[in-house]
Amino acid sequence: MRILLKKGRLLDPTLGLDLVGDLLIEDGKIKGFGREIIVSGEDIEVIDCHGKLVFPGVVDIHVHLREPGEEWKEDIESGTRAALYGGVLRVACMPNTKPVNDSPEVTAYILKRARERAWVTVYPIACITKGQEGKELTEFGRLKKAGVVALSDDGKWVANSALMKRAMLYAKNFDLPIISHCEDPTLSYKGQINEGIISAKLGLKGIPPSAETIAVLRDLVLAKETGTSVHLAHLSVKENLPFLRWAKEEGIPFTAETCPHYFTFTEKEVEGYNTLAKVNPPLRMEEDLEAIKLALKEGLIEVIASDHAPHSPLEKEVEFELASFGMIGVQFLLPLSFNLVREGLLSELKLLEYLINNPAKVLKIEPPSFKEGVKAEVCVFDPEERYTVTEDLIQSKSKNTPLLGREIQGKIKTVIVGEKRFDF
Amino acid sequence: MKHLLDIYSLSSETIKEILDLAENLKEVLERPIPKVPTLRGKLILLLFYEPSTRTKFSFERACKVLSADTLSFSTKGSSLEKGETILDTIKTLYALGVNLLIIRHSLSGTPHFLAKHLKIPVVNAGDGIHEHPTQALLDMLTVREKLGTLSDLKVAIVGDIKHSRVAHSDILGFQKMGAKVYVTGPAHLLPDPKEAEFFEVRKGCFKVCYKMEEALKEADVVIALRIQRERHGEPYIPTLQEYAENFGLSPKHLELIKEKALLMHPGPINWGVELSYEMEQYPFQVILDQVKNGVAIRMAILLKLLSGD
Repeated sequence: MRILLKKGRLLDPTLGLDLVGDLLIEDGKIKGFGREIIVSGEDIEVIDCHGKLVFPGVVDIHVHLREPGEEWKEDIESGTRAALYGGVLRVACMPNTKPVNDSPEVTAYILKRARERAWVTVYPIACITKGQEGKELTEFGRLKKAGVVALSDDGKWVANSALMKRAMLYAKNFDLPIISHCEDPTLSYKGQINEGIISAKLGLKGIPPSAETIAVLRDLVLAKETGTSVHLAHLSVKENLPFLRWAKEEGIPFTAETCPHYFTFTEKEVEGYNTLAKVNPPLRMEEDLEAIKLALKEGLIEVIASDHAPHSPLEKEVEFELASFGMIGVQFLLPLSFNLVREGLLSELKLLEYLINNPAKVLKIEPPSFKEGVKAEVCVFDPEERYTVTEDLIQSKSKNTPLLGREIQGKIKTVIVGEKRFDF
Repeated sequence: MKHLLDIYSLSSETIKEILDLAENLKEVLERPIPKVPTLRGKLILLLFYEPSTRTKFSFERACKVLSADTLSFSTKGSSLEKGETILDTIKTLYALGVNLLIIRHSLSGTPHFLAKHLKIPVVNAGDGIHEHPTQALLDMLTVREKLGTLSDLKVAIVGDIKHSRVAHSDILGFQKMGAKVYVTGPAHLLPDPKEAEFFEVRKGCFKVCYKMEEALKEADVVIALRIQRERHGEPYIPTLQEYAENFGLSPKHLELIKEKALLMHPGPINWGVELSYEMEQYPFQVILDQVKNGVAIRMAILLKLLSGD
């Protein structure tokens, strides 16, 4: 079976491709592309991609699928369906499930469920420490064999520096990437939202920028000392920038990530005790939002991930301080990120590099591309379409996002994964 | 006015109306039989998720003077501990035909959360480290009564400003009514520069002082606060003795403040800590006047929220 995508703007960072033309898929594999492909014969589906962008599937390296253990919030089926609708064709899922993924058994369970029910490729991330308790290392070798692609205690920082250094060294044996959730827990103790004007107004304990920046700096210092690259997850504050610049100059191995909510929203979203905007790290100030954009422009931050964190009304329709941290996002990663292109901060190709190639590089996997012969993982994206985010539109089981009721721009129209085609 | 959730959202006109109404209502409390039928048939729910003596009794007294019926419920901690969300608890109680809800809670924003989900007026009787609006209103009433005005006064607040909901409401309220507010105490319990930006309601009318003397000098009103040790969860104060010696108010401070300056405290007081024992004898301490005015203020709030429905 063949699919011919006609007259779209073909974008592929792997090939440095930016061309208006045709893309041919045959038997679930990329066959080729060019200004115009003439094909004849039966058994061919033609998709008119005029005015659309056609690019390889997005790789989201920061997703919470909640399975096993919290399936009322999300499961592997619903979470990957949300991803599919968003053009995210590979996800790496964080290990803070119940039980946490700190063993080959849980990893095997996640992979089994993914084989049975997932719409897109699922890569499990396991804990750095047993029980995510920050005390003892997990079995990196056995986890790797079971199929883990990276290690993280996401949600918690490995506060014990000696243990973190040991983890960064031991990871070398297995080429496992280390992802750090940068948050000094003594500084963020009991914190609810960004420390500042809004926290004073709402009477909520604040989380100061230092909680993040101190953690970032320690991890960079350890990366320098061990030579192991550290991936800094979901950066949110402007105070990080000088340290990231320093690390680049020093040639310290690291990659840095941010999420759409840190360049889309500010702390003002939590006014009125809006738990949908309660997230960790917290939404910050306008100047932080601008700094994060600058860091993306400068290439200090080179990965954009969603930190998709589903929570049901049980966790969100409660007193603010009892509400869980997090918002969903995998389905809207592309449209929100595309604002960076609209604002002229990044080219389309650069943005896609941040969404596809750089995350794949962190996980040490081959990114989806338009190379001949690779499995088709292709998105057709309409950058112009505007629509309102409604509960019905959201594919996740949970609807926790401040985007509800708001208009956004940019929509995935078609996705091709191997021999399967989905139109939205 | 639909609810009384915080001083932040009240205009100076509304504050003045409440103070005027409370002043008139004080007469009722002086009558031989201090009871009027105004709120007969209204059911008021008092929900106290945190220990309280004066605020709870003050509200109950206000309800009873106005002939409203009350249901009251006190518990420590949250209803979640029993596996029920507070929203479910309230919806259940609402189904009993409650006309108004008075709530105290250890978590900031709980009254706002409930107000969003309920069709009846909600009165905040203190939420976490956020606000305690009726306390600020009764403080303002007391000062206006004793000094005849609120504008152009210097109000000094001493103690744990960061964790005191009373301080937060007072800081906003007194400034809205034209006073200047100076706060002092251990520096790590004072607002940081960003937070101070929020508390400065009127330019130049709010100041964070690291030296007690600066805050107290020429003050018309001094409000002492209790250390909110139960809200800290971590050690902020080395010892009570250290606190008393450095931040406690004692007769030696009297020469700094204006002659006949008022001394106030929202209670409960830890004598010998934030106030030395001698200060009880200070002729212009008005701590019990505050308590009396509390009933009038709460009557005014109930009337404003329940009249006309």
